[in-house]
Formats: sequence, C-alpha cells, structure tokens
Amino acid sequence: MNGLLDPLPWLILLPLAWASLAFLLGPGRGGRLALAGLAGQLALALWLARRLIEGGPVSHAVGGWGAPLGIDLYADGLSAVMLLLTQAVALPLAFYARAYFAQGAGQFWPLAGFLLAAMNALFLAADLFNLYVTLELLGLAAVGLVALGGGAEPSRAALRYLVVSLAASGAYLLGVALIYGSYGTVAIAPLTPLIAAQAPLAVGLAAGLMLLGLVAKSALFPFHFWLPPAHGGAPAPVSALLSALVVKAAFYLILRLWLGPFAPLTADWGWLPALAGAGAILWGSWQALRTPRLKQLVAWSTVAQLGYLFLIFPLFGLKEPALQAGTLQAVAHGLAKAAMFAAAGILLKATGRDAVDGLAGVAGRLPLTLFAFGLAGVTLMGLPPSAGFLAKWLLIDAALEQGLWPLVAIVLAGGLLAAAYVFRVLRQAFLLAPEAQQFHPVPRRLEWAAFGLAAASVLLGLRGVELMALLGIGVAP
Amino acid sequence: MSPNEALPLAVLLSSLLPGLIIFALPESWVGTRTTLNLAGALAKLVLVGLLLAGVAAGQDYGFRHAVLPGVELVFKADALALLFVTLSTVLWLFTTFYAIGYLEDAPHRSRFFGFFSLCVTATMGIAMAGNLFTFFVFYELLTLATFPLVVHRGTPQAMRGGTVYLAYTLGGGALLLTGIVWLHALAGTADFAHGGYLAALPPRAAGQLQFAFLLLIAGVGVKAALVPLHGWLPQAMVAPAPVSALLHAVAVVKAGAFGIVRIVYEVYGVEFAQSLELLTPLAVAAAITIVWGSWRALFQDDLKKRLAYSTVSQVSYIALGVALFGPIGTIGGLVHLVHQGIMKITLFFCAGNYAETLGVHKVSELNGAGRRMPLTSVAFSVAAFGMIGVAPTAGYVSKWYLGEGALAADMSWVVAVLWTSSLLNAAYFLPILYRLWFRPQPAGWPAEHIPARGWRETGWLLLMPPLFTALAVLVAGLFAEADWSPLAWAKLIAEREYLQ
Repeated sequence: MNGLLDPLPWLILLPLAWASLAFLLGPGRGGRLALAGLAGQLALALWLARRLIEGGPVSHAVGGWGAPLGIDLYADGLSAVMLLLTQAVALPLAFYARAYFAQGAGQFWPLAGFLLAAMNALFLAADLFNLYVTLELLGLAAVGLVALGGGAEPSRAALRYLVVSLAASGAYLLGVALIYGSYGTVAIAPLTPLIAAQAPLAVGLAAGLMLLGLVAKSALFPFHFWLPPAHGGAPAPVSALLSALVVKAAFYLILRLWLGPFAPLTADWGWLPALAGAGAILWGSWQALRTPRLKQLVAWSTVAQLGYLFLIFPLFGLKEPALQAGTLQAVAHGLAKAAMFAAAGILLKATGRDAVDGLAGVAGRLPLTLFAFGLAGVTLMGLPPSAGFLAKWLLIDAALEQGLWPLVAIVLAGGLLAAAYVFRVLRQAFLLAPEAQQFHPVPRRLEWAAFGLAAASVLLGLRGVELMALLGIGVAP
Repeated sequence: MSPNEALPLAVLLSSLLPGLIIFALPESWVGTRTTLNLAGALAKLVLVGLLLAGVAAGQDYGFRHAVLPGVELVFKADALALLFVTLSTVLWLFTTFYAIGYLEDAPHRSRFFGFFSLCVTATMGIAMAGNLFTFFVFYELLTLATFPLVVHRGTPQAMRGGTVYLAYTLGGGALLLTGIVWLHALAGTADFAHGGYLAALPPRAAGQLQFAFLLLIAGVGVKAALVPLHGWLPQAMVAPAPVSALLHAVAVVKAGAFGIVRIVYEVYGVEFAQSLELLTPLAVAAAITIVWGSWRALFQDDLKKRLAYSTVSQVSYIALGVALFGPIGTIGGLVHLVHQGIMKITLFFCAGNYAETLGVHKVSELNGAGRRMPLTSVAFSVAAFGMIGVAPTAGYVSKWYLGEGALAADMSWVVAVLWTSSLLNAAYFLPILYRLWFRPQPAGWPAEHIPARGWRETGWLLLMPPLFTALAVLVAGLFAEADWSPLAWAKLIAEREYLQ
C-alpha cells in the first residue's frame, strides 16, 4: 500500500515538517502551526485506525524499496492504539502549552515536534535497528525539553537523563548487534519464527541487554532515579509530554518484543520484572506521600504507575489479557498523567509556589482545575468508571485465573496508596484558604485543556470494547 | 432504544444531568440552580412512578452496555431495585428542599448541589445494578461523590472525618473488588438472578465461595456500618445536616445494606447461602452490631453522634432480616430498608433544625426545646417512637416481622436481641424526649440564628421536610396493610424471591 494517500509516512513527516518550520520561525513561535499539524496527525491516526478495522494490519515500504534493503513501516492494533494516544494527548497539551508559555516558549515547539515525529516513527518501525534510531532520537528530544526550563537544577536533571538515556540505548544497540550476528536479520516479522525454532545463548544475552536498556528508559524501579527530577523540574507541558508519552514508548517496545519474537524467552523469569514493578508501586507511592512538592508528587506517582505495566510479565502465559491490561494501563495513565501535570502546572501558576501545603483554598478558586486533578486521580487509583479501573480489572482477573494472589494484593495496595497521595492533595485543596493567600489569575484555556484530558481518561472506561477490538488487530494468538 | 430500556436510563440521567450543569453554574445563580435541582427531583419522581406501575404489572425494565469484551454494565429495575430507588427518590426530594433552606447564604453551593446530585445518581445505579460489576462501579462512585460533601465545611475537623470515611470506604471497596473478581473467575459473568447463580458450581468450590462471601460482605459491610467496620459513621457526622441525611438514610449506609440483600438473595441465593452455612454468621454479626450500636449510643451527648450510633444499630436490622432464612424475615429486613430511611432522615432533619435555629448540638442542651420548637419536636418524637418500635409507627411493623421471622426460622435468640435493642433504644431516646417536653426552657439558647415568627419556629424549608417524613413514619405504620405500602411491596419481593 504505497502512494501519497497512505497515513503511515505522513504521521512521521507532518510533525517533522511543523517542527522544522517552527525552528525556522525562531524561539517561541510556531504554536499555531503545531496545533494545525497536531489536528492533522490526530485525523491521520483515526484514519489509520479505521483502515485497520476494515482491513487488518498495514505496512508501507518507504520509497518503494522494501525489506531487507529499505525501511518498512508497519502498523497493527497496538501501534494504532499508541499512535492515537500520542496524538490525543499531544493536541490538548499543545493548546495548554500555548497558554502556558505566555512569556516565550523557547525551543519548545521544534523540540516537541521532533519528539512526536520520533515517537510516531517508533510506533511504526518494523525492525530492531530502526527502533533503536527512533528511540535515540526520542531520548535526545526529551532531554532537550527537560533542559528547556533553564537554571541549575533542570540542567543537572537533563544531564542525568541524557547519560541514562545514552547508556540505555547503548545496551539496546548491543543487543541488536548480537541478534544480527545470530540470525542475520533485524526485522521483527522474520525473527519471530527463527527465535522460536532455536535460541542460542547469545540471543538470551541480547534479550537481556535490550530489556535492561528499555527498562532503564521506562524508569522501572530501581532505574527510576532520573525520572522525578527530570519530570518534576521541567515546565508543566514538558512534564506532561514526558510522563504521559515518552516513558510509554520504551514500554511499547517491551510489549512489542516480548509478546512477539522474544516470547519464548520469557517463560521462567517473568517474576523478575513483576517484582521490580511491585517495588516501583510501593516505593513510588511512598515517596509521593512524603514529598512536600506538588510536581514531585505527580512525578513519583508516574514511577509508581509504571510499575503496574511490568506486573503483566508473569501473565504472559495468557497473551491476550496481558496485552490488554498492559496497553489499557498505558493509555489510561497517559491521559490521566498528562491531565494531572497540566493541573499541577495551573495550581503552581495560581499559588506561585510548588508546594502541597500551599494549596489551601484552591477548591474554591480553581474548581475546574481541581476537578481535573481529581478525575485524573480517579484513573490513577483505578476506580470506576475510568479506563484505569478496566486495566486493573483485567489485571486482577488474569492474575486470579492463574492463582497469582501476590499480584492481586499488590494491585489493590497500589490503588489504596494512590488514593492516599491523590487525596493528600485534594484534602489540602478543600481546606479554607488563609487570609493572606494570594491567587494569580490563570487563563481558562489552561483549565479546560487539563479537564478535557482528565475527562477523557475517565470516559474511556465506557468504551473499552472498541479500544480492545482495535488493539486485537494483527495480534498473533 | 425501547421505552423499557430508556426508562431506567432516564432515571439515572434525571439527577446526573442537572448535577453536571449545576457544577458549571456561577455561585450567584440561585434561581437557576434551585429550579434545576427541583426539576430533576420531580422528574425522577414521575419516572419512578411509571416504573413502579410497570413493575407491579409484571414488566421488565433494563439495559446493558459492554465496557470490555465479556464485561457489561447491566441495569435492571426490578421490584427489589425499585424499593431502594423509590425510597431514595422521595427522600432526595425532601432533602433537596431541606438543603436549599439549610445552605442559604453558605459558600460553594454549586459544588455542593453538584456532588449531591452525583450521589443520588450513584445510588440509583447501585439500586438498579444488574450484576456485581455494575454494583461496584456505582458503589465506588458513591464514595467519591460523598467525600466532597463530608468535607464541605473545610474545617480541620471535617477533613479528619472525611479522611476516616475515605480510608474505611476505599479499603472496603478493595475487599469488595477482590471478592467480585474472584467470583468472576469462578463463575464467569452473570447477572443477578432470583435464587442466585452460584449453586451450579462444583461442590469443591465451596471453600472459595465461603471466603469470597466474607470478602463481599466485608466490602459492603463498611458502608452498612457492620461492627467492627462502623468507625467512619460517627466521625462523618461533622458533615452538614443534609449530608448526614444523605449518609444515613438516602444513600450510603443503605447502599451497603442493599448490597448485602443482593449478594445473599441474587448472587448466592438464600438457600445456597444457607447450605454453605453463611447465614448464621451473618445473623450473629448483625446481632452484635445491633446491640453494640445501641449501647454506644447511650453514652453520646452530641445529638448527631447519638443518632449516628443509632444508625449503626438500626441498619443491621436489614442484614438481620436477610440472614433469617425464610420469607417473613425477608419481609422484615426489606421493609426496614424503607422504614429506617424515613425515620432516620426525620431525626437528622430535626437535629439540623435544632442546630441551625438554636445552636443546640448536645442532648444536654435540649431542655425545653419542645416549647420553643413544637413542630420539629413532634416530628422528632414520632420518629424516635418509631425507632423504639412503638405501635402504630413504621418501626413497629419492621420489628414485628423480624421477630416473627426469627421464630419461624427457629432462631429465638434473635427475639432476645430485638428486645434488648428496643430497651436500649428506649433508654437513649426517651431521655431526649423527656428533656424536650418536660424540662424547663433555659434562659437563653447557645446561639439563636433564626427567630420564631408565629407558628413558624424556623425557616419553612427546614420545617416542612421533617413534618412530611414524620407523617410518612405514621402512615407507613398505620396503613401497613394497604396495597401501596412499603410492606406490601416488600411482600411482593419476598414472594418473587421464594417462589422462583
């Protein structure tokens, strides 16, 4: 399926185009362009989804070359869901960012555009090497965005992020090289039967290295140390993009590879990532309960929520529920975390400081923002009717079916801990404001963007059937 | 969508939509907000009337919506659902009037009435839930929607109450979810059905089913305030009086008790539950709660706290009725769902009136209040007699059927429990009545906000609701044998449950 009327290449070219234009226009410009571009991207992603529903997975040979010489793009249900999530989160965030960066966005728009192009390319890549390239580009754009805040602390966080990101990509690349050495190909589709037939030790090592790299990139406990300073210190629109989407890219790769070609390798040690995931849930939530700063709280909550994604490893014996639970959690968290960071950014602007203690009285002043924060919290706690609840339901259901009680306990404990840190914020907000409290006015557009994302994360819970139908396209049973 | 599907949906929407619009209204649009509130409440009343007529004539109402492959939201407005729906709808109307009067000039009324409407929507969802999944969805929604109401005043004390409330209810929710998913793994998806749907499982699952029952009952037992899970209820009395009414009569504790009814009758089935030996432990738990709650109520000087402990005790009458194996006990439990609601809401309305009008919060400050506020005090007295179980009030009817049911089920110790509880009820209510009517009025009230004008001892929006609900307490008792009484409806449900 080639030609101009194919959504696949345009999903990559469009953000590249507006990012480049924004760069040429100069610092702070290009917001409107980005909005138009993102609207187009969302339309393309929807179009792609419709095409998949009608005709199954699609692929596209760039320039008509095709594998093994050229670059193949490939989209199945999982790619489509992630692409939809990315554009659906990025569009409201762009509205948000335009209002947020009233005093100049610096290089936000070009960097965000490159980030989205890299991410879309990653979701469409069909071989391990292209995945590496997109992963690296994504990491660089993300580091650039973190450094955007300026000042000593964000720069240090960005530097640390850069080091982790490069080391992680290095480990991944080493794994890819080992795979290439063993089988002479890096395309995912042909690799699957090869690995299933015979997997020498080098392949096991390669898979281990790649998993290590990806786990570090997705900030799984105990590799999470770079995330809270990077996500907590960046400007709110950047935090939202990073926490909602960028960490999910590495997770997408894990799903893609370990439910695909590496599936035969996971059988015995699936408990290890799950253990780390449990650690992430407990440690991240605990830190979120303790930190005095609002954005750090939200960032630590990301550490905790990412832990859920890795609880599905022991469930890989039942491929479909594992994929469904993992993806649904990723989508729900993406929408909710974007909303929560957006809301946190508004609260920061309004109260003038990044402190949970400083929130007394915001319930009366910024009800819409607080409502957005609360709705996002509902998703993170996994309460109905949110998409997070459906993810949790699937996870517990699959775990019970396989008799994995510890997993059930962790999921439930994680939900209660999330409630504890979310209500820590809400409680503070419901307190009466002290007399001296000053509130700075906030543009309504900021509030509505946060609210829209939060409402989407909750209402998606009513449309799980459609999402699962899309996700199921092209998944090998 | 056929009319039989649309009607239950309309019942949900008649409070959801006004609630959502009210959130968006500016604080000062009092007229619009009041109109929306009342329009919603009245529309719901009409819709429920249609449903009642249909169900009595044997019609089926309901609809379903799949949220995941194999997981559906199911709604059905059967006779049991309508018992709860009707109670909440009628009491919601009264509480709305009352809240409008109570919150005059209070801040954040849009937020208050928005969440208030969401609460009622959640209650409707709980009542009409057609499977455990749907029940859980609305059960948790109710928790979330009540929290902002409990902490509405924004004082540190309110925050403490709210936090305790959340800790209990969310913890209970987690237990409930575990039980529900477990049953889902054992028995697949199934709708509530007369006689339950678990009896067909192989006998080796019995142990798991017993443990799942424990989880489920513990989960709903938190809201139903079964001892030792009742700790949140006395704490939550810091909320404004209309919220207390909501917690104690219209929504929250009723949701828990209603959950017990559904789980015993339509998940396990009363006969299967009996064969798994689950009913006697439930009856014991209910009996302990009944006596313990009454005992604790004796020692509370704070009026609302005394009423709260009384709720702990009275709600367990419902669980007790359910646990008595046999149709007469069932009737007693079900009818008490309604009777406890109208009696307790009257008491909380009156407590709110004493506090708002005279600044009286403590039992020891009530001396002579009967002369200052005779109408409120008459309403209070009627409801208190109902709680004690004096004929011809509604409470007498409940206790009569519960006692008969216990004898029919060969559980005569339950009769002793009922007697003990009635004595304790008298011991903590009669001193209040004595103070109201027979002690001299003090020189001045703690903080008189609303002066008396002729027969209007307080604002008329505060006065009318308790008078009407007190009248209902009498009517439900006097006309218990009429074919439109709550008792008649409870008999209809019991008939359908035991003659499946």
